[in-house]
Amino acid sequence: MILGPHADFIIASYALTAFVIAAMVAWVVLDYSTQRRLLGDLEERGVTRRSREG
Amino acid sequence: MALIDLANPTRFLRLVNRLLPWLAAVTVILFAVGLYRAMGAPDDYQQGATVKIMFLHVPAAWLGMMGWGLMSAAALGTLVWRHPLADVAGKAAAPIGAAFTFICLVTGSLWGRPTWGTYWVWDARLTSMLVLLLLYLGVLALYWTAEDPGRGARAAAILSLVGAVNLPVIKFSVEWWSTLHQPASIIRMGGATIDPSILTPLLIMTAAFTCLFFTLHFAAMRNEILRRRVRTMQLMQAQSLAEAGA
Repeated sequence: MILGPHADFIIASYALTAFVIAAMVAWVVLDYSTQRRLLGDLEERGVTRRSREG
Repeated sequence: MALIDLANPTRFLRLVNRLLPWLAAVTVILFAVGLYRAMGAPDDYQQGATVKIMFLHVPAAWLGMMGWGLMSAAALGTLVWRHPLADVAGKAAAPIGAAFTFICLVTGSLWGRPTWGTYWVWDARLTSMLVLLLLYLGVLALYWTAEDPGRGARAAAILSLVGAVNLPVIKFSVEWWSTLHQPASIIRMGGATIDPSILTPLLIMTAAFTCLFFTLHFAAMRNEILRRRVRTMQLMQAQSLAEAGA
């Protein structure tokens, strides 16, 4: 595959897109593990939601 | 299961937990096929290989607009029915839509330099897309800075509905005004003007990006539901500690 004289622009576009997508994936994965950990800590301390108590 | 049952956060979480691995797998497969076809697509007779930027730019533009459309629909759910899951959907869509709008603007700029000879011009299409990014940032600011989450959600919902006016402006800007940006070449009367050898990989990449959007959106909605549960439980813990101390 030959990208021609404007290869830098094409590579920069794909690199930036890959970076932004990777950042979004990392954000949802890390946020999920943080929320799960916080919920686990609260449940360990005996805190439960009202909807569960009912 | 009736559609209305999904409006229950617990049932929604159960469905998302089952759906997410499949949606993520479909996204990866579509990206693998789409990128393979995009890299093998012929150069444009005028733009040369820079046409490969289109396989990122067009799907990102579509998702930036679709994300706002989704937020506007969710805003109706927040303001009319005051359903918490509608606010969760709107809040989760905002950063993802903003990210795709950002990708659209930057890849467009990188495509514009070799094609038009400039990174930026205050053309109607480019400017209305920049306005969309600023609207996204405004909604995010409302969500992140409001002391009362309920008031923040209502303010964000109002801005989401008002900002929807910008969507037809973006779509028809190339027809209403004389712009440097090319006119519509895919969704237009008379069909697409792009050769199938380029249109097919573009459609596959658009499907891949759309699946990615929904994978991220469902995952972000799940996180937001958990965050609200954590907040509720922390408030209950603080309340019971205060009562024990009194």
